[in-house]
Amino acid sequence: MRYLPKSPAERAEMLREIGASSIDDLFAIIPEEYRLSRDLDIPRQMGESEIVEHFKTAAAQNANGYASFLGAGVYRHYRPVIIDTIVQRGEFLTSYTPYQAEITQGTLQAIFEFQTMICELTGMDIANASMYDGSTACPEAVMMAMRLTGRDSVVVARSVHPEYREVMRTYAQHREEISGHATREIGYGEDGRLDPGALEQAVTEQTACVLVQSPNFFGVIEDIPAIAEIAHKKGALLIVAIAEAISLGIVRPPAEADIVTMEAQSYGVAPSYGGPFCGVIAAKEKYVRQMPGRLVGETKDRQGRRGFVLTLSTREQHIRREKATSNICTNQALVALMATVFMTVYGKEGIRDLALHNLAKADYAAKRLTGNGRLLFAQSPRFNEFVLQTEEPAEQLNARLLENRIIGGVALKRWYPELGNATLWCATELTTREQINQAAAVLAQAPAAAAAR
Amino acid sequence: MNQKEKFSGTPRKVTAHLTQNEGLSFEKSAPGKKAYRLAPLDVPEVDAASLLGDAVRSQTAELPELSEIEIIRHFTRLSTWNYAIDLGMYPLGSCTMKYNPRVNEFVSRIEGIAEAHPYQPEQLSQGSLGIMRLLRQCLLEITGMDAITLQPAAGAHGEFTGILLVRAYHEAKGNPRRTVIIPDSAHGTNPATAAICGYEVVNFKSNAQGGIDVEALAQAVTEETAALMLTNPSTIGVFENEIHRIADILHAKGALLYMDGANMNALCGKVRPGDFGVDVMHLNLHKTFSTPHGGGGPGSGPVACKRILEPFLPVPVIEEDAEGQLRLNYDRPQSVGRVRAFYGNFGMFVRALAYILANGPDGLRQTTEDAVLNANYIRRKLEDLYELPYNTPSMHEVVFSDRRQTRNGVKTGDIAKRLIDYGFHPYTVSFPLIVPGALMIEPTESESREELDLFVDAMRQIAREAEENPQIILDAPHSTRVSRLDETTAARKPVLRWRRPEQA
Repeated sequence: MRYLPKSPAERAEMLREIGASSIDDLFAIIPEEYRLSRDLDIPRQMGESEIVEHFKTAAAQNANGYASFLGAGVYRHYRPVIIDTIVQRGEFLTSYTPYQAEITQGTLQAIFEFQTMICELTGMDIANASMYDGSTACPEAVMMAMRLTGRDSVVVARSVHPEYREVMRTYAQHREEISGHATREIGYGEDGRLDPGALEQAVTEQTACVLVQSPNFFGVIEDIPAIAEIAHKKGALLIVAIAEAISLGIVRPPAEADIVTMEAQSYGVAPSYGGPFCGVIAAKEKYVRQMPGRLVGETKDRQGRRGFVLTLSTREQHIRREKATSNICTNQALVALMATVFMTVYGKEGIRDLALHNLAKADYAAKRLTGNGRLLFAQSPRFNEFVLQTEEPAEQLNARLLENRIIGGVALKRWYPELGNATLWCATELTTREQINQAAAVLAQAPAAAAAR
Repeated sequence: MNQKEKFSGTPRKVTAHLTQNEGLSFEKSAPGKKAYRLAPLDVPEVDAASLLGDAVRSQTAELPELSEIEIIRHFTRLSTWNYAIDLGMYPLGSCTMKYNPRVNEFVSRIEGIAEAHPYQPEQLSQGSLGIMRLLRQCLLEITGMDAITLQPAAGAHGEFTGILLVRAYHEAKGNPRRTVIIPDSAHGTNPATAAICGYEVVNFKSNAQGGIDVEALAQAVTEETAALMLTNPSTIGVFENEIHRIADILHAKGALLYMDGANMNALCGKVRPGDFGVDVMHLNLHKTFSTPHGGGGPGSGPVACKRILEPFLPVPVIEEDAEGQLRLNYDRPQSVGRVRAFYGNFGMFVRALAYILANGPDGLRQTTEDAVLNANYIRRKLEDLYELPYNTPSMHEVVFSDRRQTRNGVKTGDIAKRLIDYGFHPYTVSFPLIVPGALMIEPTESESREELDLFVDAMRQIAREAEENPQIILDAPHSTRVSRLDETTAARKPVLRWRRPEQA
């Protein structure tokens, strides 16, 4: 086996030195009835060329050469080449969690830079070293808010990513059984934004937090200051989830929030069929001791030189066990490094320029593609996504687009049946004018019956 | 005795060399420097203020401004401050720091795989779904279980999923039950997980061999016990040879056996948890199946279970339709729900499958045998100098204690720091908690005899230093860019982000 660095003679010699007559001696403690006496029934050992071929064949069975208007929580942005150059360095790739600070200063300093950049972008004071992803960051933030307020009811906007809400439900189910407090979902208005009247009614003295997404699942930017006011009036915390991190280049950061959860996939991370991505929790400084996940802090060594360490670990499971702020252990360090390089490459000016390009492309796409449908929530501010409502069923429309090697918007019926034949479209800096025009042309050829208004 | 005459070991693996100094990227920034150039905009420009109104950002975020060469140097310099598997043995017990094959990285970046969007139509995702199906089949065969979900993002997330399955199972029978029994040798994630799932943790004391006291367990398990969370081999690297009795005791009371699969590298291809009574378990693809640790993640924590738990698995599950097309089925009324958006850390599935294909059945078995051989070799070569608190046979890792060295004021944490000077990453320090002053050493299969001998040599020289020159250990490391860092001040006055000096 080519990964194993021992010759048969070395193995035999080592066994001799241990005093074992055969390798089976070392497994003798396992009761014989459980020892596997046959080969595992898995594919035989392959050569490297066969492995590459296996996955190339698989890749060919996925979409290749299609124009895509998919977003909905996973965004296609250009990934500068040096990101991969850097994360493929073995010193980053094959290092472990930086518990031994003296020999992991590289990872620690990079995470410290990551935390700083996330704070700058979100308007928060502190950010952790990453969570699994944007979806799991939400229930973790909710549990953080419960600990901070000592309250246990939660209000969530229905315009939050449907899968994020499903994950929150999974985390909440047993808790709700115990406390009897169900999560309340608040609908959206005609403008696609959270209904402030309904929110006002839902938030009570028992509400730990209000969780909204902005830009929300429809691409619409929420009125964060107004929502914050309603939440804070009753002593509830405001959590703002951000799924499209590029928006922060041009959209006002949710500074009024108490906690911000984020999916940083847009910062240089491949869609990769849904993961691995990079979740983040950022918050106001006063909440630091209830923050889940790893944190890197600056300190000095015995000679007074600056260095970085994992800190405030008394919050974490390896110290606090069942009393920890979360059971989380692994984070997404390597993906956070990708995001760090991405943010460094674009920098102060670039992140805004890039966001502006996204805004322009989506604005053009919304105008061109609504020739044969209705742009929902047209008057509300949007970033790079929009909802198109058509007479033609989404499945039919998307099937026609696929014939032209275009993957259209995500059909919303499964989560929002009230929107009818609605599709969620996304345009990024990578979407070309030509692709948008082609999609518009296909949409315009809707079968006469369906297109009749 | 004069300091110079005292014994000071000679590292054979390393020679000191210079590393580059490097500030924070923010400190190197200068207005107007750029590392990007966007393609010209091919659609009309827009006025952000008029499109976004009040929602427009008025002040740009203070990100650094640097050129491309500076960024490459910045991160390359930082990288040289890290220790890594690629540089040498990384014997962190419980973490399974094995070689991360590069073909895994290569295939995960193939365009049709890396660019696949989770919402692209199923008929255009057959490649991704096929990868998941084959990985699932392999993991089921390796574990001897009946059903599996790949969705959990890491080991602790897998534990969470597994305990939710347990809870749903009991609930379906009318009572979620109240407690989860966890041995005192367990990883901290076990009790934290049980607590998050709404269970009361019953801490269970290990017996004199560091294992489960079967008689005491029989007393502890009641009708309110939901599950026992057991790591097997245990965190002291010992196989619970009464595992089947343990399972029987639980099952007799309707409770389930959860296995923390962190130590699967000791079992793969040799014995299957499904065969010895485990009901549900998680795997760590970043441990056993070679996906990179990357400085702390990403991980991936599939959960495998017996048939009785299958109805409760997270949605969606992959199914094959009559035409042989793979589909995602969301219609699972008894499911615990989603534990994560989309389908899991797919990129890690690709890497883990590539690893399994590179090994085949013979390779996986040989891998396990070599991992166990290496741990026993280290044990043999060090047991005369370091205290072995449990004499039970070791599997893939060996746990010593610092009892002999503490006589000279040298603790496990100090020995760990001194190992750095000898060119090794330390072992896991002070864990498991049942061994005071633990040195938990897991070499993995990836070490040659030469590397093991260098490690043994380093540990033996350090043992001598502890006798003759303990101060050199207490002041270690001597060879790193920074010496021991002040963690107390870091926690007392946390500085968690950079600020421009005038703002500070």
